[in-house]
Amino acid sequence: MGLIELLPPGAILIIGGLLVPLLPGRLKPWAGVVLPVLGFMHLLALEKGFVQNLVVFGYELTPVRVDGLSLVFGYVFFIAAILGGIYGLGVRDNVQLVAALTYVGSAIGGVFAGDLITLFIYWELTAITSVFLVWAGRTKRAAKAGMRYLIIQVGSGVILLAGVILHFVDTGSLDFDKLIGADGLLGSASIGVLLIFVAFGIKCAFPLLHNWLQDAYPESTATGTIYLSIFTTKMAVYALARGYPGTGVLIIIGAVMTAFPIFFAVIENDLRRVLTYSLNNQLGFMVVGIGIGTELALNGTAAYAFANIIFEGLLFMAMGAVLLRTGTCLGSELGGLYKTMPWTAALCIVGAASISAFPFLSGFVTKPLILDETAAGHHVIIYLMLLFASAGVFHHSGIKIPYFAFFAHDSGKRVKEAPANMLFAMAVMAVMCIGIGIFPEVLYRVLPYQMDYHPYTTTHVITQYQLLLFSALAFVFLQKTGLYPPELRSTNIDTDWIYRKALPAVVRASVGIGHTVVDAIRVPVRALLQGISGLVYRLHGPEGVFARTWTTGSIAFWAVVVLCGYLLYFLGR
Amino acid sequence: MSDHQRDERTYWLDDKRNVNKIVYGLYAICTVVGLADLFPYKHHLHFGFEYWPGFYSIYGFVSCVALVLAATQLRKILMRDEDYYDPR
Repeated sequence: MGLIELLPPGAILIIGGLLVPLLPGRLKPWAGVVLPVLGFMHLLALEKGFVQNLVVFGYELTPVRVDGLSLVFGYVFFIAAILGGIYGLGVRDNVQLVAALTYVGSAIGGVFAGDLITLFIYWELTAITSVFLVWAGRTKRAAKAGMRYLIIQVGSGVILLAGVILHFVDTGSLDFDKLIGADGLLGSASIGVLLIFVAFGIKCAFPLLHNWLQDAYPESTATGTIYLSIFTTKMAVYALARGYPGTGVLIIIGAVMTAFPIFFAVIENDLRRVLTYSLNNQLGFMVVGIGIGTELALNGTAAYAFANIIFEGLLFMAMGAVLLRTGTCLGSELGGLYKTMPWTAALCIVGAASISAFPFLSGFVTKPLILDETAAGHHVIIYLMLLFASAGVFHHSGIKIPYFAFFAHDSGKRVKEAPANMLFAMAVMAVMCIGIGIFPEVLYRVLPYQMDYHPYTTTHVITQYQLLLFSALAFVFLQKTGLYPPELRSTNIDTDWIYRKALPAVVRASVGIGHTVVDAIRVPVRALLQGISGLVYRLHGPEGVFARTWTTGSIAFWAVVVLCGYLLYFLGR
Repeated sequence: MSDHQRDERTYWLDDKRNVNKIVYGLYAICTVVGLADLFPYKHHLHFGFEYWPGFYSIYGFVSCVALVLAATQLRKILMRDEDYYDPR
């Protein structure tokens, strides 16, 4: 076995990443580009269908499995990592560089894991490495948010491990393949399979399990948030697509995910946090595709994950550039930046139009795979929810992000254009959005299943323009009538309120009650204890009856008395 | 941040007329794509309602207005001070 087959994909990034601090300062950021390029070449050298088996302590493991589904995610992970590296060429911070590279390497390793133990190891590695990207924000808020993030991420891993163990006890298999039964019902699944589902659901930001994402990601640095937004959630999407295709409940979960975050996105002021809500909504579309589970729908999920990583990455990059130049991402503080950041603005608009699925851009040729299969499955309500969410995406990601950052009311900020390396990374992403939109076959060819799909039908193009342009009209209408809510400096509570406010309050209240109880019983208990200790002192103290020294004679005397008493008792029976 | 405010140049969108041009352009395009439904171009759709003239246009418009109005109401429940979690 050659070295190429011996190394798991992603290993180059993990090992190389750990060595970055040894490099001289000016070379360090280049490791963020060179290592992913080497890793990508390594992946391309592995043949589709390659499987690496290993027996450890009598357990058969599959550290590497290269197949259609893992390859799509592997390719886009490497592309995103290379572009993220270029974007971050200005960063010389050891923490960020090591964390980013090991994190990306772990996520890639996870996507190629062929067994559940290997998956678990990479699953936890992504948690441990990525939290340093949150902490790299180096603010008090980032420190706290990072800790909450770590607890939830590691918790997901612990649940995964518990599920894997139970699943192994049940079936004797550690293979990471389809885990859900043919009926697609969670109700008839074993507890192990259910636990693994929950673990995946946490990282995939299912409704009510989602808030770690909006809490932690915007606290990272301009570059850190870009890495964070790409890997963890998409690895979870991959894991769901692998283990739970056709699980009916995912259709409902996904549809809810597409719909509810957009309400938060409309009223959120921090534009990077708006994007995390948008990301949550995007994951919903992918989850619906997994729930439907047909080959076309799974292709849709994979294709949409690919396209989303590029255009959502582009949006996060644009906001990162704004943050770098202005020091803020708050919509209320921004506006008018197109005047001095025209390239960033233009590239951001390409990303915004792509996420909105405008024809001739990448969203348009990938999302309909999921929508069409939803309609073909006659899920009327789900389909209408997805349409609503599609209009909503345009509204908050397509219009709100570029509008409040670059246009709207002029903030008077006249900052420099983004650095050349950032513009380059964004430009490549924008070109990819357009390229995939115009030549979708290139992407379709790497999807897990063969298909013959033509997105550019008259019906599809016109109805999509109708949906989107009338959404834009709604935005104009709401702005002109003053109904559009202004950007306000504020915090919007989400489910994190439960563990940031409610639970601490309950704990404080319990401690308070505890103190009151202790105070109330302190006096009588102390009196009682003093009584007991006084008695003991009297008996055992220096003058106590048990503390006196007895003479040998008196001991002998009392021994005789006891023995005589015993004799009398014995005779008397 | 000393270079803020120093820039007195006027940009294309500073002129209200140019903003209006964009808005009127949008009205025009919306009219065109909206009226496209007068022609029977729709094929291979899955639900009957998708064939209704104006379905996608109206659905997009109503969705967004409803979304924003509902979100505005949500603010009353969800909105707190900026330093709600970390009082200074």
